Amino acid sequence: MVLNMGLEEDNKKIEESMRATARKLLEDKEVDAVIGYAEGTLPMSSTPMVITRGEDVEKLVWNNYCYINLATYLVPRIAQLVDPEKGELKVGIVSKGCVGRALIHLSVEGQINLDNIKIIGIPCNGIFNRRRIEREIGEKEILEVSTSGNDIIVKGRDFEEKFPFDEYMLSLCKQCKVKSPPNVNDACIGECQDVESVSDDFSDLAEFEAMSADEKWNHITDLLEQCTKCHACREACPMCYCNLCFVDQNKPIWFGKTTDLSDIIVFHLIRSIHLVGRCVACGACTSVCPMGIDLNLLTRKIERIAKDRFNFTSGLSSKILPPMMDFELEDEQEFMLEED
Amino acid sequence: MTQTETKTESKDWEPKIIAFLCNWCSYAGADLAGVSRIQYPPNIRIVRVPCSGRVSPYFIIKSLVDGWDGVVISGCHPGDCHYISGNLVARRRFRIIRDLLEFFGIDNGRVHFMWASAAEGERFAVLIRKATKIVKELGPIKRFEN
Repeated sequence: MVLNMGLEEDNKKIEESMRATARKLLEDKEVDAVIGYAEGTLPMSSTPMVITRGEDVEKLVWNNYCYINLATYLVPRIAQLVDPEKGELKVGIVSKGCVGRALIHLSVEGQINLDNIKIIGIPCNGIFNRRRIEREIGEKEILEVSTSGNDIIVKGRDFEEKFPFDEYMLSLCKQCKVKSPPNVNDACIGECQDVESVSDDFSDLAEFEAMSADEKWNHITDLLEQCTKCHACREACPMCYCNLCFVDQNKPIWFGKTTDLSDIIVFHLIRSIHLVGRCVACGACTSVCPMGIDLNLLTRKIERIAKDRFNFTSGLSSKILPPMMDFELEDEQEFMLEED
Repeated sequence: MTQTETKTESKDWEPKIIAFLCNWCSYAGADLAGVSRIQYPPNIRIVRVPCSGRVSPYFIIKSLVDGWDGVVISGCHPGDCHYISGNLVARRRFRIIRDLLEFFGIDNGRVHFMWASAAEGERFAVLIRKATKIVKELGPIKRFEN
């Protein structure tokens, strides 16, 4: 698929091919249900939707507000949502690159069975950073958004502003190297690609990493200060599927449940630890944050640790074990305390 | 909010360090240091764990949050683990904890990982001395004070 005709054209093209694939899957009874995006109830939003009939594909949409990672909806056993009687459902899932990666990674972790899943690959053209727009618009209410060329036009009661998409994309999308889902296990239909590995120099992190410890701490605390610990980032994350999350655990209570700075920092620190080698950099956490905190910095660092230390990029292959599920006797250990 | 770590305020200040020692090697190593009358700083408080693989990131971070100035984790040398590979799993975990702590601006000198076998009483004492010295230079932990 050749894109670059302006946002509207591109989105329409992606949408058409996605609908055609979904319709074919449903009508040929290859899948029982298709999970996709539907138009949201608010401007700059989208909502997940499950359809089971071929004629419903018109309800599926693709736009630059499809920030949700649909892989999240597979883990809590979507099968029961559609038909509790039926055992293993076959599900088609509309996948931008990061959804595809999440699905592959979840299958590596044994959470889902890729045999029952059809990845309807679409070449993602980037997700709009809606929280940033909301922050810049301020108190005013956004009533309508439209696209013209490569700009997004946001309208309200007495204002109209234009945002160039290239700049107001999620920072993660700007760095994205896997736009359409990687092809594994023949699960992928539609627009997919073969990715062996991706190269990334993480130059966007250089500035932060050069800071002193105090500067880093101040920067991180400034960034996260606003956090209300609503855990929306956790809920949106395809990798946060634990039945009992460490923050909800009360025997023992590991960490405080208040919004004191130390509790906030600990939550994000441990969440980052849990995501090393697993995060697929979909940016759903940033998009859903009601306080508009941009978690890009942490996400990039998580990616970087996996890449630099273990040469691993999550969700590209169903054969390579993620670093935290594996170990080697010869792992580097220059950080261990040694006698002088 | 700005919280900066200051150097030791008073000369008498001594750090408090929590040490998670594996039952099979390092705990016995500490014991050997004791019975061999090898001196090492009394700043460490030892917690015996079955294996260094038992040490979850929660232990380390909760210790720092609760005001311990330093954390030491010690286990069997690679290849010598009583549970075959517990320390190898732990080593990968330590790696990412270190990287992320540093990224958050928490000095890596506060968290030390080491290997010490049951026969290495001397090495245990030397390493604890070294770790204590580093933590003492960093001063009291102030990061998680609200």
